[in-house]
Amino acid sequence: MDVVMLSRLQFAVAVFFHFIFVPLTLGLSILLAYMETRYVMTGDEMWKKQTKFWGKLFIINFTLGVVTGITLEFQFGTNWSRYSEYVGDIFGSLLAIEATVAFFLESTFLAVWHFGWNRVGKKTHLFAIWMVAIAGNISALWIIIANGWMQNPVGYVLRNGRAELDNFLTVVQNPYAWGIYAHTVSSAWMLGGFFVLGVSAWHLLRNADNVFFRRSFRMAAPFTLVMVALVALAGHHQGGTVAQLQPAKLAAMEAQWETEKNAPFHMLLIPDVANETNSVQALSVPGLMSWIAYGDVNAEVKGLKDFPKEDRPPVAPTFWSFRIMLALGGLFALLALVSFVVRNASVKPSRLLKALVWCIPLPYVAIMLGWAVAEIGRQPWIVYNLMRTTDAVSPVPESNVLISLVAFIVVYSALGALDILLLCKYARKGPQE
Amino acid sequence: MLETTWFILWGLLWAVYFILDGFDLGLGSLLPFIAKNEGERRIVYNAAGPFWDGNEVWLITAGGVTFAAFPKAYAVMFSALYAPLLILLFALIFRAVSFEFRNKVDSNAWRSLWDGVHFITNFLPALLLGVAFANLFMGIPIDAQGVYQGTLFTLLNPYGLAGGVFFVVIFAMHGALWLAFKSEGALQTRAIGTALILWPVVLLLLLAFLGLSAFYTQLFANYVANPALFIIPVIVVLGLAGVRAFLTSGKILLAWCSSAVFLLGVTFFGVIGMFPGMIMSSLNPEWSVTAFNAASSPLTLKIMLGVALVMVPIVLVYQFWMYRLFSHTLKAEDIKNDSHAY
Ligand code: HDD
Ligand code: HEM
Ligand code: HEM
Repeated sequence: MDVVMLSRLQFAVAVFFHFIFVPLTLGLSILLAYMETRYVMTGDEMWKKQTKFWGKLFIINFTLGVVTGITLEFQFGTNWSRYSEYVGDIFGSLLAIEATVAFFLESTFLAVWHFGWNRVGKKTHLFAIWMVAIAGNISALWIIIANGWMQNPVGYVLRNGRAELDNFLTVVQNPYAWGIYAHTVSSAWMLGGFFVLGVSAWHLLRNADNVFFRRSFRMAAPFTLVMVALVALAGHHQGGTVAQLQPAKLAAMEAQWETEKNAPFHMLLIPDVANETNSVQALSVPGLMSWIAYGDVNAEVKGLKDFPKEDRPPVAPTFWSFRIMLALGGLFALLALVSFVVRNASVKPSRLLKALVWCIPLPYVAIMLGWAVAEIGRQPWIVYNLMRTTDAVSPVPESNVLISLVAFIVVYSALGALDILLLCKYARKGPQE
Repeated sequence: MLETTWFILWGLLWAVYFILDGFDLGLGSLLPFIAKNEGERRIVYNAAGPFWDGNEVWLITAGGVTFAAFPKAYAVMFSALYAPLLILLFALIFRAVSFEFRNKVDSNAWRSLWDGVHFITNFLPALLLGVAFANLFMGIPIDAQGVYQGTLFTLLNPYGLAGGVFFVVIFAMHGALWLAFKSEGALQTRAIGTALILWPVVLLLLLAFLGLSAFYTQLFANYVANPALFIIPVIVVLGLAGVRAFLTSGKILLAWCSSAVFLLGVTFFGVIGMFPGMIMSSLNPEWSVTAFNAASSPLTLKIMLGVALVMVPIVLVYQFWMYRLFSHTLKAEDIKNDSHAY
């Protein structure tokens, strides 16, 4: 393997690992803020207990989110130095803004919240968790504006042998970025909802009368249902944006080889990449593909064969990631709907509860697959139509990248396992005091 | 003008990072030597408890600002320092984890494991930061394209190592002062004693480092050309003198502040000495990355300046508020009864 491939793998490992922790931080912080608001408004001790229990899990998760993020911040310099030099004028400033606007807020107020239970008044304490929740979601916005610029570079000029900023507002208003943001944040909040539902279900399976977790369940069910709907809406909208701005990605997502009008959507589809065709195509809905992409059943959808080979993304991983994400989306909709319907029932169907426990990891999988679609589908470009991934890599010895890649995998696996063990331990223990 | 402003801000961000994270890195490096029992160890952890994460964000910001204002410096610096930087990052990962995980399982073996990890992962960053900065002061072998021509061992030269030892000891003193401020009784006495023992070591290392700098680096050239700048070494000396003066008169917080001034001075001594260089090439001065050839476009520099001038003061205000909030003396009893403490 060469430096490019090793660096891509290393980045993928680092960023995927970071994104194990990010969505729970984003989703659970909002739910925590809600719980504590209820506590402060009603004075009901039960809500305080809720906040403390879910808060403990939140903090274990948060710490790993922080440390894995710090490595990412420097990866652009260590592994993608040519990229950093070429686009730092725009990309670097977005990262710097993220740190000054969001990370300070997040870390400082998390400390106030974590250590401040007996040191600050109720209202200040509540304010602190809101700051954490808002800052986390703001940090997501800035990093996604940075990522959105790589997907759809806007507001720049090529000058002095690099991409320089031309219009900051254009960069910030990039529709591609806002599309990713809406879809990513709603999916993260949805993940938070399923996390609460799943842990609560585990306890309710053991004791259906557990008042504490009945309340958690009742709180999370409607939230999760709304979020599932938003995820699908935002995802559909983003599909349209991709069709317009990255047609090659869309073609790979759908394994669309030929350009056609009134393109059908095949429910069952197995691509045959070697022969540039699909070996199975069944359960087709005519015109649906055209409609998904352009809102018009007769629109023309560009096929992969219309792109030069060196400009096509890897079809199989893009296609399968996208398909499985969609299928999981369907499963989540079903589970969220049933959970919503039975949220007040005194005894909930144990099959649902079991499914919810087993479902805890699935939103994580869907989110990873989503990013795989977005990032692998963007290949061979690191900045779409502007810079190729192969031109972006650092001039460092292969051995350096290989050693660090192995170190990342070993260290991250160990930490991941430890983190999951601790989360399970505290999730099972239930509320204390 | 914009480039110069950003160069100074860049130095300032690193200085603030050293001042803030310096004390908690120092605390961790002292842990095995200064804490005699479980109660004292938890005081050491919790003396950094609410602060370490917010402090580390200054490192992220320093990195982010290097990226934003001087993309070429970011690219060359971090790819050239690939190995030490990754070691530093892994250490920071385990450091955070040692705070968070140590008290999550009730077992002595588990806790001693994390105590060991905590020591190494605080000591290493201090050492590596010192080695890295000393090498930046001196210049590293980069070619015309900014490609690093050395190895990890190139950085472990006498001057680089002296920088590493210097940072470790300064941070340890800085951390001992913070511990003295946050503790009471026997632990406080020990912390003050440690700071007093480290003080002459810092002084000796300072003199040695200045001497070595004259021999290994060009840092003094800017000072000779512009003698008004000698105010910076004067601040360094005054800061260090202040540490001892305030410590012996029992004003611990002021002693810590003096130590902060000292760190600010030391950082700026190097940064101003390098100006306008950011990464000097030891192969050919023409190939150096400077504030002028690495800077972002004027538009980006202006926007970032706006962001920094608005946001950084706000950050400083709420971080200061947070420091005041948690400035109380730590007692082993209270920590034991607080389910949220580390
Ligand atoms: C959609 C959201 C999102 C995405 C795509 C990323 N992050 Fe992240 N990041 C967060 C959302 C987030 C967060 C929610 O704000 C975190 C996660 C857990 C946490 O503690 O804060 C965070 C933490 C975090 C930290 C630590 C902040 C601290 O100390 O408080 C850094 C330095 C980064 N991230 C940097 C990055 C970089 C360089 C990324 C791109 C490759 C990246 N993140 C992707
Ligand atoms: C249910 C219908 C869904 C649709 C129509 C949909 C659509 C899409 C599309 C078109 C992309 C690619 C966007 C790009 O390349 O920029 C994408 C990416 C993504 N998806 Fe989905 N998705 C759905 C469900 C889900 C679910 C259930 C999750 C997770 C729980 C999820 C998480 C993600 C994430 C994190 C990304 C990457 C970020 C982004 O590009 O927006 N999606 N999705
Ligand atoms: C957190 C969610 C993200 C995930 C899961 C993700 C996933 C990935 C994956 C799997 C790759 C490797 C693609 C390949 O080798 O074919 C990749 C590459 C990359 N991504 Fe992302 N990404 C995420 C967010 C981001 C963000 C926010 C940025 C920028 C700010 C970013 C920048 C990059 C870069 C620089 C590369 C390396 C070049 C490349 O191989 O494309 N990614 N990412």
